Amino acid sequence: MALTTRPAKSTRNRTLADRAPAVRKAMLPYGLLLPALIALAFALGYPLIRQVMLSFQEFGLAQQFGRPPEWVGLQNYRDLVSDSYLWVLVLRSVVFCLVNAGLTMVLGVAIALLMRLMSTPVRLVVQAGLLIAWAMPVLASLTVWTWLFDTQYGVVNWILERLGGDFAGHSWLIEPMSFFLIATLLVVWMSIPFVAFTVYAALTQVPQEILEAAEVDGAGPWQRTRLVVLPSIRPVLLVVGLLELVWGLRVFTQIYVLQQAGGVTRETNLLGTYVYRSGIGEGEFGVAATVAMFMLALTVLLTAPYVIKMIRDDREMA
Amino acid sequence: MNSGRRLRTRTRVLANSLGLVVFLICGFPVYWMISTSFQSRNEIRSPEPTWHPFGGGLDNYRRLFEDGEFLDALKISLLVTIATVAIALLFAFLAAVAVSRFRFRGRTSFILLMLVVQMIPAEGLFISQYKMLDGLSLTNSVLGLTTLYVACVLPFTIWTLRGFVSALPVDLEEAAMVDGCTRVGAFFRITFPLLAPGLVATGVFGFIQAWNEFTLALVVMTRDDKKTLPVWLSTFSDANRGTDWGAVMAGSTLISIPVILFFLMVQGRMVSGLTVGAVKG
Repeated sequence: MALTTRPAKSTRNRTLADRAPAVRKAMLPYGLLLPALIALAFALGYPLIRQVMLSFQEFGLAQQFGRPPEWVGLQNYRDLVSDSYLWVLVLRSVVFCLVNAGLTMVLGVAIALLMRLMSTPVRLVVQAGLLIAWAMPVLASLTVWTWLFDTQYGVVNWILERLGGDFAGHSWLIEPMSFFLIATLLVVWMSIPFVAFTVYAALTQVPQEILEAAEVDGAGPWQRTRLVVLPSIRPVLLVVGLLELVWGLRVFTQIYVLQQAGGVTRETNLLGTYVYRSGIGEGEFGVAATVAMFMLALTVLLTAPYVIKMIRDDREMA
Repeated sequence: MNSGRRLRTRTRVLANSLGLVVFLICGFPVYWMISTSFQSRNEIRSPEPTWHPFGGGLDNYRRLFEDGEFLDALKISLLVTIATVAIALLFAFLAAVAVSRFRFRGRTSFILLMLVVQMIPAEGLFISQYKMLDGLSLTNSVLGLTTLYVACVLPFTIWTLRGFVSALPVDLEEAAMVDGCTRVGAFFRITFPLLAPGLVATGVFGFIQAWNEFTLALVVMTRDDKKTLPVWLSTFSDANRGTDWGAVMAGSTLISIPVILFFLMVQGRMVSGLTVGAVKG
């Protein structure tokens, strides 16, 4: 978004200055920002500082019952780094995130490209379907999917049984691999509409003349897609891909609910659920805060390029 | 030319059939949710799935409304969501006016701050947010959860409203002031009505986010009578109890309806808003 300076500004400031004392005028914007800043400082800023402090403290069950927390410096970090389970968690979270973001991007872009080839009524039907899937509240989608894959009465088991598989009474959530298969299905199903819509919107902006020129030059449909269409929507693909990565890293709800529905917690934890289970569940707040700091650091690492790009765009437009 | 056209027809047929597959995959879970919510217990528990709805009439919905927990959750969800939207809109509106109507030191930093704050995952911060609310005895309270939600939706709300406010010409306000309105009067008589669609669209974003939010609600609202709807829904799919799928699907359907309606209202803005800098629930 542009930070344009309007030419009208200067004249308006002058009229304002005539009406209000200069100091009051200078303070006014800060006063307007104050409520928002206070709300953010209270609900995000203070907890963030507190979390950094917590991660340097011994804060377990004893402290829950009133013992003052002990400063232990980097001990929590040292413990974690030497705990192989943390690395399993980090690896699992990163792999889960990459697989989900990758699948979502590939399928979402494919659907967007397909939408251009469909006849209009079919495309509208597809868009309606995508919109409804997109609009579904996460928890509603989650309960429906657990119902679809229910061990006893689930319709998926019924269909697979008809197709000749031995799926009667098959439990999808017990085995970690099939647990993550379901989780991936869910996450991808929920995330595709956003990618498909955004990329489709970008595709409609690709100038028709360039495509026709490429066709005249003898480029086939596949070459046109690969060499003309995709490069010209590169910026959108980058932003959407990055957002998918960030969202993939913070997946919590899907995993948590599936775990409740019958997963083996230790084998299916990702960073987010581990923070919840060790902190809220077991009262190990120091450890949980440290793992959460890992999560934040990973997010910052991933988002930094995006934020820097946004800042640069903002400057260029100004 | 002829073969080219045949190829094009073939591509179109292929694209159309793949499109229908996409539609089925997107739509079937939603259909199944609604369909199950109208099925009787016997149909749900029969070995053969029932493909068409309406066997059980409104029984599942009736059971839902007789369930005190659902009504409690509905009440809490409505309170938190409405409070969040109202407070966030007010605060964001003030901030958006400051950012788009004034030039002041720190303005760019503030805008960047909003951008960065949006990227902080709630999942990375809830431990200390919980500790803070716990220390203030604000767990299990609408006020506590609302405070966290306001901070969650504020950056995006400010970001979007700022676009709406700066799209309005200052000249209109000035003309009214020339005609004798005070600055405040000009603002409320001229700018505010023009801004209403923007406020509605932004408010709807906030509504959807607060209504759907799960993680913070799970952490903050632990007592049974203080659960929000998503948390209430999550307690159903517990492996250790026989799930009343009819009621769960009825609940899911009821929770989804307002969101789907609202979502369709603001969908176009959602696409552009999300690419600009984004939050997803």
